[in-house]
Amino acid sequence: MNSKKSVLAMSACMLAGSAVLGSAPSLANEELSKLSKDPSQWVMPLGNYSSQRYSELTQINTKTAKSLHPVWTFSTGVLRGHEGGPLVIGDMMYVSTPFPNTVFALSLKDAGKIAWKYEPKQDANVIPVMCCDTVNRGVSYTPDNGGMIFLHQADTSLVALDAKTGKVVWNIKDGDPGKGETGTSAPLVVKDKVLIGISGGEFGMRGRLTAYNIKDGSKAWIAYSEGTDSELKFDPQKTTVMGQPVGADSSLKTWKGDQYKNGGGATWGWISYDPSLNMIYYGSGNPGTWNPTQRPGDNKWSMTVFARDADTGEAKWVYQMTPHDQWDYDGINEMILADVPVHGKSTKALVHFDRNGFAYVLDRVNGKLLEAEKYDPAVNWASKIDMASGRPVLVDQFGPGAQGADHNTKNVCPAALGSKDEQPASYSPKNHMFFVPTNHVCMDYEPFKVSYTAGQPYVGATLSMYPPQGQNNLGNFIAYDVNQGKIAWSDPETFSVWSGALATAGDVVAYGTLDGNLKVVDQKTGKLLYKFKTPSGIIGNINTYTYGGKQYLAVLSGVGGWAGIGMAAGLSEDNAGLGAVGAYKQLSNYTQLGGVLTVFGLSN
Amino acid sequence: MSRTILKIACASLIASAAIAAHHAAGATDAAPASPQKKPYTVKDGKVDINTYHGYLYYGDQCMRCHGPDGAGSSYAPNLTESLKVMTKEQVENTIINGRKHVDSSNEKVMPAFGTNEDVVENMDNIYNYLLARSDGALGRGHPEHLDP
Repeated sequence: MNSKKSVLAMSACMLAGSAVLGSAPSLANEELSKLSKDPSQWVMPLGNYSSQRYSELTQINTKTAKSLHPVWTFSTGVLRGHEGGPLVIGDMMYVSTPFPNTVFALSLKDAGKIAWKYEPKQDANVIPVMCCDTVNRGVSYTPDNGGMIFLHQADTSLVALDAKTGKVVWNIKDGDPGKGETGTSAPLVVKDKVLIGISGGEFGMRGRLTAYNIKDGSKAWIAYSEGTDSELKFDPQKTTVMGQPVGADSSLKTWKGDQYKNGGGATWGWISYDPSLNMIYYGSGNPGTWNPTQRPGDNKWSMTVFARDADTGEAKWVYQMTPHDQWDYDGINEMILADVPVHGKSTKALVHFDRNGFAYVLDRVNGKLLEAEKYDPAVNWASKIDMASGRPVLVDQFGPGAQGADHNTKNVCPAALGSKDEQPASYSPKNHMFFVPTNHVCMDYEPFKVSYTAGQPYVGATLSMYPPQGQNNLGNFIAYDVNQGKIAWSDPETFSVWSGALATAGDVVAYGTLDGNLKVVDQKTGKLLYKFKTPSGIIGNINTYTYGGKQYLAVLSGVGGWAGIGMAAGLSEDNAGLGAVGAYKQLSNYTQLGGVLTVFGLSN
Repeated sequence: MSRTILKIACASLIASAAIAAHHAAGATDAAPASPQKKPYTVKDGKVDINTYHGYLYYGDQCMRCHGPDGAGSSYAPNLTESLKVMTKEQVENTIINGRKHVDSSNEKVMPAFGTNEDVVENMDNIYNYLLARSDGALGRGHPEHLDP
């Protein structure tokens, strides 16, 4: 009790402190904002605060892309799935790996010579409580203290490293892997704080976003995905949903008893920030368990877009995309902030390609829903999103909850992988087009009763996955137009596209494929301009920068993640009678494990 | 530390042995023990209800690493192959106590499921399901079950 009180007192002091700081401009934050506008560097995981993954660079363009080639490569020495991508600050590149979460500082002056290496010592018992491979989605940077790199480790440690030497400045622990809480997401630096989410939605944990003070790693605020209004940092009158106040106990009312305490809502995706509104945006994941009949109610605020004050964490608005989830459609995919025409009207939009297969367009100032359309025609669990209530119009035939426990619900699209997972899309402000890496996979889903044991899986469903009936491609790379709410073009891919896309002012867009190809295509048509087979499947995100006046592309290959689990052995037998005879080849016939960074440049 | 782990492992082995004995008693009617007789029944692609439960709990607890239908993932072994070389006792021991293989080129850790009620109570069923897959008696995907 005493320690709780002192923590409360401490956080009250910090809140007061941050309120004062909030009104004064932070120099480090201004410098980071400035750096993020310099296209020669890549200083944030998703390129800029708006998570657009767009670059103004033009040397690599529709005319020159054909002369791209690898200029140097670097093996990380780690085998498992390599998500995320490198940062580039000045003449240094920073790369992180899956467990053991080694961080490398590579000198661009010397084609990737290792300037320093940091390898944390972590208890290997964290490995099996990581849901779907031991991925890490990258490090973050702040100019504070002459430059620091933040690493979010598998065991939920958040470590600040001196960017010049790799020496530990501070090291704190955010969660408890003994309860299935783990770290996979990239931190985001906002002003004098660094924000991190938490993973573990398959282990009955409770999701939250936590802000730590950059200065010393002390906790500034914590905001839960489920719980009391104060745990949520909700003001029942001021926090809104669909333009209306959320009211009191908005989360507790939607759970049976204290089930919310194992309610999931993990925050393992990406965080965006709008400096002019001083608001951060992120999503929460699936409610626990995967058996919907075991947790009646809307299970708020799992599967939700959160907009919060960047200084205090107070929620401004929320929007739940998949109330009472029955499919594992986590809402954690990136929130792209774009000033874009929507139905002809210029809009301060938040655009989100959700796992559930709908592309949501919200007014990011007030959270009002403006558009929600399917971005894969195969999506069938809901016929549409009702624009007045914001709720999906469900198709009971494809609802495992509606069908009840111990019943196998067949041909649900998308599969639990979602029409898109964490692999981030890209937005070009030049043509207002979104470029989206997608999955094209359906499933059978059978929920059943499970019991909770701390640190053990808390799932309660089994599923089988396969391509949509009569089709044989498991992925598409698409261009999506939010002005019309329509797919502009779609390039079919043999496997799910599980790599973060990069669009540039050179009118090209680059992405990686699970069989290991880096591809560069024309933004207007999707026409292939260049491809190269990297050493392993690509689930990393493509970044770009210049060094010595020349533009480069950089990407991590190293197959794994959910994609590597679901597809390594193929999803089904060729003769399984799914209407796709001979359609599906095993990914393991194309690629093997191994993390390698490949840097591409143009011929002189 | 290691003593504590040993104690827990022993406790869970005893618990699982008790549960397994209980199950075996119940399962005798359905599948009498005989060296020739397989512990599962597959007829026209349909499986007995116990093996069906094995499929369900495999998907619940094991699939996230070992991939759909026991076929392996990018980092965890293909169990339909493993079962060709492992005894039932070795499989059970691995499930209860887990396994570690961490060195400069491996980061493989299987957790100990000894405290996990759903796994322990369904261990025979999970084994029988995987054996049916390993023997080639049962194909991939979601099986139908025979009337209980």
